[in-house]
Amino acid sequence: MADLSTNCAGIKSPNPFWLASAPPANSGEQVMRAFDHGWGGAVWKTLGEDPPVINVTSRYGAIDIGGQKIAGLNNVELITDRPLADNLKEIYQVKKRYPKHAVVASLMVPCERASWHDIVKRVEDAGCDGLELNFGCPHGMSERGMGSAVGQIPEYTQRVTEYVKEIAKTPVLVKLTPNITDIRYPARAAKAGGADGVSLINTINSVMGVNLDTLTPKFAVGGKGAHGGYCGPAVKPIALNMVSQISNDPETRGLPMSGIGGISTWSDAVEFMLLGCSSVQLCTAVMHYGFRIVEELNAGLSDWMDQKGFKKLDDFIGLSAPNIVEWKHLNLHHKTVAKIQPDKCIECQLCFVACNDTAHQCIAIPAKPTAKGRKRVPVVIEEDCVGCNLCSLVCPVDGCIEMTPVKTGHAPLTWEQYTKNGFKGYKEVYKRMHS
Amino acid sequence: MADNDLFRVRFQELKPAMRPEEAHLESSRCLYCYDAPCIQACPTHIDVPRFIKQIASKNVEGSGKTILEANALGHSCARVCPVEVLCEGSCVYLAWHEKPIEIARLQRYATDHLHENDLEPFKPGKDNGKPVAVIGAGPAGLSCAYYLRRLGHPVTVFEKQKVPGGLNSHGVAEYKMTQETSLDEVKKLLELGAKLEDGVEIGKDVTAALLEKKFSAVFVGIGLGPTNRLNVPGEELDGVWDALSFIWHVKRRKLAPLGKSETTIVIGAGNTSIDAVTQSKRTGAGRVLMAYRRGESDMSAYDFEYALAKSDGAEFLWNAAPVAILGRKKVEGVRFQRTKLKKDGSLELLKETFDVKCDRVIKAIGQSKLTGLASKLGLGLDQGGRIAVNPTTLATSRKRWFAGGDSINGGKEVVNAAADGKRAAWHIHASLTGAKTPAPEHAYWVATIEGKKLVQTPNPAERLNG
Repeated sequence: MADLSTNCAGIKSPNPFWLASAPPANSGEQVMRAFDHGWGGAVWKTLGEDPPVINVTSRYGAIDIGGQKIAGLNNVELITDRPLADNLKEIYQVKKRYPKHAVVASLMVPCERASWHDIVKRVEDAGCDGLELNFGCPHGMSERGMGSAVGQIPEYTQRVTEYVKEIAKTPVLVKLTPNITDIRYPARAAKAGGADGVSLINTINSVMGVNLDTLTPKFAVGGKGAHGGYCGPAVKPIALNMVSQISNDPETRGLPMSGIGGISTWSDAVEFMLLGCSSVQLCTAVMHYGFRIVEELNAGLSDWMDQKGFKKLDDFIGLSAPNIVEWKHLNLHHKTVAKIQPDKCIECQLCFVACNDTAHQCIAIPAKPTAKGRKRVPVVIEEDCVGCNLCSLVCPVDGCIEMTPVKTGHAPLTWEQYTKNGFKGYKEVYKRMHS
Repeated sequence: MADNDLFRVRFQELKPAMRPEEAHLESSRCLYCYDAPCIQACPTHIDVPRFIKQIASKNVEGSGKTILEANALGHSCARVCPVEVLCEGSCVYLAWHEKPIEIARLQRYATDHLHENDLEPFKPGKDNGKPVAVIGAGPAGLSCAYYLRRLGHPVTVFEKQKVPGGLNSHGVAEYKMTQETSLDEVKKLLELGAKLEDGVEIGKDVTAALLEKKFSAVFVGIGLGPTNRLNVPGEELDGVWDALSFIWHVKRRKLAPLGKSETTIVIGAGNTSIDAVTQSKRTGAGRVLMAYRRGESDMSAYDFEYALAKSDGAEFLWNAAPVAILGRKKVEGVRFQRTKLKKDGSLELLKETFDVKCDRVIKAIGQSKLTGLASKLGLGLDQGGRIAVNPTTLATSRKRWFAGGDSINGGKEVVNAAADGKRAAWHIHASLTGAKTPAPEHAYWVATIEGKKLVQTPNPAERLNG
């Protein structure tokens, strides 16, 4: 078995799987039970000043797709609604019983130095292993000048991080909101403020839908809804992009990251790690299936590492980040075409209609059958195929449509080179598009 | 077992209703194929992926509308169609070696919704003053009447029986569809305003000449006649039944007239024979044998029907031609002669004969054609004794007389009759009004007559090399 232990910005845990700061990490009893199941760490449900917030009833809404429940989850729950003293006592108890697991205190108080100093001292006295500054929560608290209201203004992010770093003894992660135009700016601000790392993404502003009978929001509090935070499998690609941007930004390259956003399986987690995260945080999948999912997260990760020959997480963290580049560095002379395997085709014609109605009109159904017993297997008109992948994406049969590389005989050429060369040497694609 | 209990226990529906959760999951499984083979396999060309997608998106009423657009008898077809050889049998999941979509039960889910909520998606057309007579309130006639009403024709349906619905009401195995369901559908079809004159026999109570005088056009959907005779001695003995009348008694749920049977022999190997076999078994016959002149591979019953008979515990006598029904007053047995299939496909009668004891014989060797009535109505016949029609318009040899259903095809499925009724309705309308293209509100269903789409994605096949 591979070594799954991790060190994320100085916060150590026996494996990289942490409960995200959310309802699953609301109490000491839950966190301890999660650790018993095998979770490596937990970011406590965000702590704030007393008196605690009041939550509304009716807090979650979900999107189901094609029989799959909770492809996306939205919530309007605020930070912890339990007294600070209760939470601190439980943090102390958890750390006492689980000294090797990571307990990270998520914090959110008004943007005043004294408030931050006070809470940092108190949670560190309780024994937490690190701090996560919640600059990401997009609902409710943001209206009160906290959460994403901080994370959306790089100057605020930097300033509050500085307040915390003035007295913090444990590592500081800044949790970023995705509700911005460019994640690199708040990440740079966090770094400039002295953060030891960042965690991302927090949830995305969202309205889950409108009930067509009552004309009220899909989940409502007495007929009214408020925008909430969107998470779950649907948001993963958005999170991966933001993680890769921070990985590849010269100003933040190497900044430790804890990845969050739609992670449900060990392979989702590996993707975040390949793009540079040294720990990952889960919430929606846990809320869907319970703490037990960590058993397979650990086993799947370990098996994959064994297969790949990786002995420890650092062997692969960040390996894929350099493969995400700006568009101008992509090779214009790279060519693939779709190939349909007649023996696998079930003749649903989804590739045919997708290509002809919405792509490049290069899939045809031949007048004469292409294979015995197969009346209407579509065929790709290869010289017209632009290799867009759409047909292979709509095809319901694994391995039936494969995007096959074609040798063009032309040296690689990027847009950047092409424009620098005075638009010379752009042969393959130009010919296809303009002949 | 009391009759009521017997029907409750032994006549449970083969294709029961779907719960909403089940319908939602199953409809989500549909791939929404383009040019889907299920559409082509359906004689009425229902847009199956579309109605299934509508269920998945919780537009169940719209789903029912899509079904009735193409098939006025969608409610009964969902129950009685041999979908294993039609839509479900063509589902692309089969090419994937996966379970096909349960199209029939999803269709039932949608049409049940219309019935349970008393929803009729369509309105009668504006009265165009060109009345049409429909002879026969079976699937073909009812389908024709429904579309004619949508097109604005006043319609009168003449039915010989007191109970309308044709074979849907009289001849469908009870575990496929109850008579009540059939009558519900008839009632709903007539809500568009077609008038039903039941107990009226055309050619006897009303003449062809009178029809022609009172109506601009006539649609003939008279179906077939009684079961063919065996023409062997003993056919008149007590306990010899015609399959359709046997099934009719079962459908009325009055079993006393059928008596008890230790051993029943069903003669014939078509789908009606299977219905007779399974319903004999389920109504309490001890032993049921199905006898057929030819071998197993020649039987015309569908494989899934044969499987049903086997699972009900029927026995089979192959290569056995009945030569006499034995008994004095009541049936005591059947004498068979062994047969052998010759290489040219014809049947050779061997010398060997053998007797099988039984106390009931059910004849199921196909229905006779109503050639007498057709001739009386002045309609030309084809070589097989069916009413001859133009295959596109379903026009008969007599001007402005059209025909469809079993009387032109010799006996097919309800869905074929429904398709004929729809086809004839449009062509009757076209011939009476001179319309060449349908009005916008009729464009969709008229296109389904030939299974065409209103807008077609072009196929760039000419750009393929070679």
